[in-house]
Amino acid sequence: MTRRPGFLVYGLLAAVVLGSAAPFYWSFLLGSHTAEIAAQGVPPFRPGGHFVDNAKRAMDTIPFWKAVGNSVIVSTVTATSTVVLGTLAGYSFAKLRFRGRNALLAFVVATMAVPTQLAVVPLFILMSKLGWTGTTWSVIVPSLVTAFGVFFMRQYLVDAVPDELIEAARIDGCSQIRIVWHIVAPAARPAAAILWLFTFMATWTDFFWPLIALPPDNPTIQVALNQLQSGFFKDYSLVLAGTTLATIPLLVLFVLTGRQLVAGIMQGAVKG
Amino acid sequence: MSQPIPDGAQTRGGRDASSLPPRAPGPRGGRAARNLTWRQRLSHADARWSPYLYISPFFLVFGLVGLFPLAYTAYVSLHDWSLLGGKGEFVGLQNYREVWDNPYFLKQTVNTLSIFVLSSGPQIVMAVVLAALLDNRLRGATWWRMSILLPYVVSPVAVAIIFGSVFGDRYGLLNQGLEAIGLDGIGWHTDRLASHVAIATMVNWRWTGFNALIFLAAMQTVPRDLYESASLDGAGRVRQFISITLPMIRPTMIFVVITSTIGGLQIFAEPRLFDETNARNGGADRQFGTITMLIYDFGWQLRDLGRASATAWMLFLLILVLAVVNLMLVRRIGSLGGGR
Repeated sequence: MTRRPGFLVYGLLAAVVLGSAAPFYWSFLLGSHTAEIAAQGVPPFRPGGHFVDNAKRAMDTIPFWKAVGNSVIVSTVTATSTVVLGTLAGYSFAKLRFRGRNALLAFVVATMAVPTQLAVVPLFILMSKLGWTGTTWSVIVPSLVTAFGVFFMRQYLVDAVPDELIEAARIDGCSQIRIVWHIVAPAARPAAAILWLFTFMATWTDFFWPLIALPPDNPTIQVALNQLQSGFFKDYSLVLAGTTLATIPLLVLFVLTGRQLVAGIMQGAVKG
Repeated sequence: MSQPIPDGAQTRGGRDASSLPPRAPGPRGGRAARNLTWRQRLSHADARWSPYLYISPFFLVFGLVGLFPLAYTAYVSLHDWSLLGGKGEFVGLQNYREVWDNPYFLKQTVNTLSIFVLSSGPQIVMAVVLAALLDNRLRGATWWRMSILLPYVVSPVAVAIIFGSVFGDRYGLLNQGLEAIGLDGIGWHTDRLASHVAIATMVNWRWTGFNALIFLAAMQTVPRDLYESASLDGAGRVRQFISITLPMIRPTMIFVVITSTIGGLQIFAEPRLFDETNARNGGADRQFGTITMLIYDFGWQLRDLGRASATAWMLFLLILVLAVVNLMLVRRIGSLGGGR
């Protein structure tokens, strides 16, 4: 807009940013004081020196590193496979002619409204039959590719890859899979990066299905935090030190890729 | 098998074939011709089957986690089905009746709706206002945009733990603040409405910035000369916002409302982690238990997959109904703002 914003706009925005950041500080603050001080409620507003102690106690309470490892594996595998399989399917829907294409695409879009809750009972029964219950497979396999991933890549590839280029490649005798590798994949890269990031974050923060599928000794980080919280006597210094620690990986990812995340949300209908 | 041949390939094949020396009749042509046919066939098969090959992984996974569950959940919901013992007798709609008659079903449905209204309503208003603030020529625009997205990186589980301590009944930050200025603390965990407000606050904190960016993107597509001519006609900033901006971002509004309906009605992590009782069903009297928590309770605490499935189907129907109702509501509101 042509108008220059005044102090009011900056003041309001600063207040919002403060509100966004404050819970991070609160979490770290309580996590850095002793259990006694944290139990009293509001601690001094300067951090105490006990964060490392509290974090160590949290790690003894839950299988912290195992949980982080599981979350890294599950999120990386599902994000990568969603991008690869979503690009393949998205390319087919965007550029290839085949029987039933439009009907199938409409079907893909419609499936985005089906909630996870509707899938958990059959998935649980299926995973028991396969003997995967309790393993990370039970969390990975259902998320290998999503309707959203297919649709997102399709929307991007419709405009990103010129039809003439594909035609030309076909006439030169290029096979479909080489077209995907040499033409589609490079063109898809910006959208693929965004899809990867959002899938990674969505998987990392997912809770309902991992809680059902995974046992206490083989959790993802969200399931482990749930265990940490469920102690009979609640020690907030320990719980919040663990929570702060568990938030750091995504915080680092955010610092590194925040620009792409913002661009991704603003470019398309991204909703994790 | 005779295959329909794609146009491009047919012309190519025809031209190539005509450049060959005349072939002897019969199945055995020259070596070159046979090679070509084989290659041609491969090329046709490639063009014909590749699309199906590429979309098949999605449909395989979708069949596994989408289509099969949709039907199978319905199938399970019509049987006695224990978590450990497996399938029992066919009972028709009895599971649905039992869920319907369970006093917690109505209570937890109301809770879910209440938390949903308290979160999505204020959240969308705040997000639109925030987007309007960001839709200025700001210094460090990217920095501001990133900053408001910060809460999105905190998982719902972590958000619930952190806010749980802020909303603590006895020693929480808020109640200590209230008591410091001489007011009574609020029973954030025990009072039904207060607990809904606390949980809605968590949802709002995490999603407002995210939705503001979606609205901001929509606002930036509004042609700037509309504002200029409006201000020449003497319209103030508020008037411009109501008469130009709001109607122009209506499609985005519909999108955000629909997605937050689908997501909001499934709420689980926040109320579960907010609960400090041992059963963790949403408070001692389930004052903030939700439908998804009821599914979990039926299936994995009471070990009755039949009732869990019935509840899941009822949740799905509720989501569909509410999505349609909200769609109509937003259309209505959008058209009241003037414009189309």
